Amino acid sequence: MLQLEKQKKGTNDLLRLIGEVDASNSLILDQAIQELIQEGISTLLIDGSKLTYISSAGLGVFMSYLEEFKEKGISLVIFGLNDQVKEVFKILGLDKLIPLVIDQVAAEAHRHEV
Amino acid sequence: MKYKLHLSCQTSALSELRTFLHGTLFEVQLNDIERHQVTLAVEEVCANLIIHSHSCNPKEKIELEILKNRKGVIIEITDQGEAFNLLDYDAPELKQVMEEKRKGGLGIILVKKIMDGIEFESKNGKNICRLIKNFPS
Repeated sequence: MLQLEKQKKGTNDLLRLIGEVDASNSLILDQAIQELIQEGISTLLIDGSKLTYISSAGLGVFMSYLEEFKEKGISLVIFGLNDQVKEVFKILGLDKLIPLVIDQVAAEAHRHEV
Repeated sequence: MKYKLHLSCQTSALSELRTFLHGTLFEVQLNDIERHQVTLAVEEVCANLIIHSHSCNPKEKIELEILKNRKGVIIEITDQGEAFNLLDYDAPELKQVMEEKRKGGLGIILVKKIMDGIEFESKNGKNICRLIKNFPS
């Protein structure tokens, strides 16, 4: 089960992932990100504090947008991942491509750095 | 210890698979992070079979068997679809996955990095993929 919550805070767009992302529902995540891009975002903060599981289907969604984000100058920051989920990002080396920070405050601070 | 599960070939069955693995792997000497990773690797192989070898046909089934011995845990995944031998595929570089926007390669990287052993055999129309995780010594 995956539930998504969108929240706007200033120029930040926050997308909260609640539950598990796998091959059965990764399309929902893909569509949500697509919609946000169309709305014209400058920063996308992903709240992963309630994300309990993510498989390659979900990781692939993030990967597939990295180039486009770079071209459009959109900064992506993921925060709040639990240890198990963070470890999966690390196995793939995704922590080198996407900033993974501890909480929303750190995520917002990070946005100003880039 | 020996457990069995018959999984219907649809992606909605993946959460059932995780629940099953969570219960059975609970008994093995792995920590939470390792258990989470083994669950992920098994799911990656099953998702691959469900989507590519069985075209998400819920009438077709995949069989899972979990065996434990002194050295580690073995997850045996049996199906009768088109053979997909993980060992025939090189894990792509992450950069390659990103540039080509291919979404398929990530699962293979994960399985190869997480598991200590991968075996594959195909005979009499049956494919068996064996994933092995050794206990920390």
